[in-house]
Amino acid sequence: MSVLRPLDKLPGLNTATILLVGTEDALLQQLADAMLKEDCASELKVHLAKSLPLPSNVTRPRIDLIMFVVNLHSKYSLRNVEESLHHVDATFFLGRVGFLATGAGRESHCSVHRNTVVKLAHTYRSPLLFCDLEVEGFRATMAQRLVRMLQICAGHVPGLSALNLLSLLRSSENPSLEDL
Amino acid sequence: MDETVAEFFKRTILKIPMTEMMTILKAWGFLSENQLQTVNFRQRKESLVQDLVLLCEKKRASLNDAAILDIVYTQFHRHQKVWDVFRMSREPGEDIDLFDMEQFKRSFKKILQRALKNVTISFRDAEENAVWIRIAWGSQYRKPNQYRPVYVVYYSQTPYAFTSSSQLRSNIPLLGQTFETHNSTTPLQERSLGLDINMDSRIIHENRIEKERVQRVTQETFGYYPQPRLEFAQYKLETKFKSDLNGGILAEREEPLRCLIKFSSPHLLEALKALAPAGIADAPLSPLLTCIPNKGMNYFKIRDK
Repeated sequence: MSVLRPLDKLPGLNTATILLVGTEDALLQQLADAMLKEDCASELKVHLAKSLPLPSNVTRPRIDLIMFVVNLHSKYSLRNVEESLHHVDATFFLGRVGFLATGAGRESHCSVHRNTVVKLAHTYRSPLLFCDLEVEGFRATMAQRLVRMLQICAGHVPGLSALNLLSLLRSSENPSLEDL
Repeated sequence: MDETVAEFFKRTILKIPMTEMMTILKAWGFLSENQLQTVNFRQRKESLVQDLVLLCEKKRASLNDAAILDIVYTQFHRHQKVWDVFRMSREPGEDIDLFDMEQFKRSFKKILQRALKNVTISFRDAEENAVWIRIAWGSQYRKPNQYRPVYVVYYSQTPYAFTSSSQLRSNIPLLGQTFETHNSTTPLQERSLGLDINMDSRIIHENRIEKERVQRVTQETFGYYPQPRLEFAQYKLETKFKSDLNGGILAEREEPLRCLIKFSSPHLLEALKALAPAGIADAPLSPLLTCIPNKGMNYFKIRDK
């Protein structure tokens, strides 16, 4: 059972759980802290993992949203995400997966090209967000967005589902990407 | 306050030129900003010195405080002294010792005090892992002469120590011995793995076991003490092309391929130590990186066997 499946467990009462996957623990930790600071009617839980698959002998709540965090400064972080993606069931990609790329602000430090993550997100039909997690202001804004996304994916926003959200986000995509 | 100590204070403060008075007193740090403000720095030097000595008396300054002031003065006027350099040699096969500054100071003091009856030893930490040691010698029947101290500046991450020239040349070998005795055994203290345990229970670390493993491997490789300060390492690669695929132009090439990689950082070894815990590299790191303190080299040439 090393593959993550969505909706394979019963949800907790008013609970929304997000899984952040990325190699740089410090950044994930800071993002998690920022998310938990947000005022939210739902009870939030943040799971941090360096990579997938997750340890199997642990009971964990149902995961509503997975964000894969890639640091554009590190090919190692990209490779780690690429390998972790294999452990996610295809049905997760119907609006419950997102990619977050950090480090784009410092162009000279980037060893992963922007287009590489754009293509990766496109391959998995999932939204890609850019945010320099090291900058507190940007991180706080991203945390807010993620909390909203998480609430929707957990079904806590009436009338809006993860799939709705996905098609909403999709329509704002650059049309030239469809030619890729 | 003891008369001799008061006199020592007076003579030390008198030495300080008026233009440097405030700077040196501030660096000394014994008298607070508020206290310094109560003193009139525009009066004649003799009166100023009297006021300052009174302040020190009120604050119950000790001989050690005066010695530290003397060190500060000397640090500002180091160029006025003539320094000898000593280099400690290492026996072949000896391990690199792990250095703990506080332990060094304690054992240095103990060893000297055991060897000599009347001696005043004071320490002041300085930049770049250096420590300034002030030693005032006496004799069996005489109290230490505070006006002819010897200064030793020891850069802990190097084998070098600087001493200010001393009339008492006979004491230099003793200092040398003190360093030797200290370096023989420094027991490692048990330290618990300082993990960043998140207090917020809503954040769960899925890979806690892996994180602990990485911390453990890093501690085993790099140890608990601060790394020696190194600014760069260079690797020169001269190897022939190796490939699983048969043939190809590169595989037929007789000449080895040349490549130069240079790592530079304000504190390279600490940066390498931080790589795995930060998630930027796997643990354990390549032995090419971790062998630097052991081998004592930072220029490497990698050739085919």
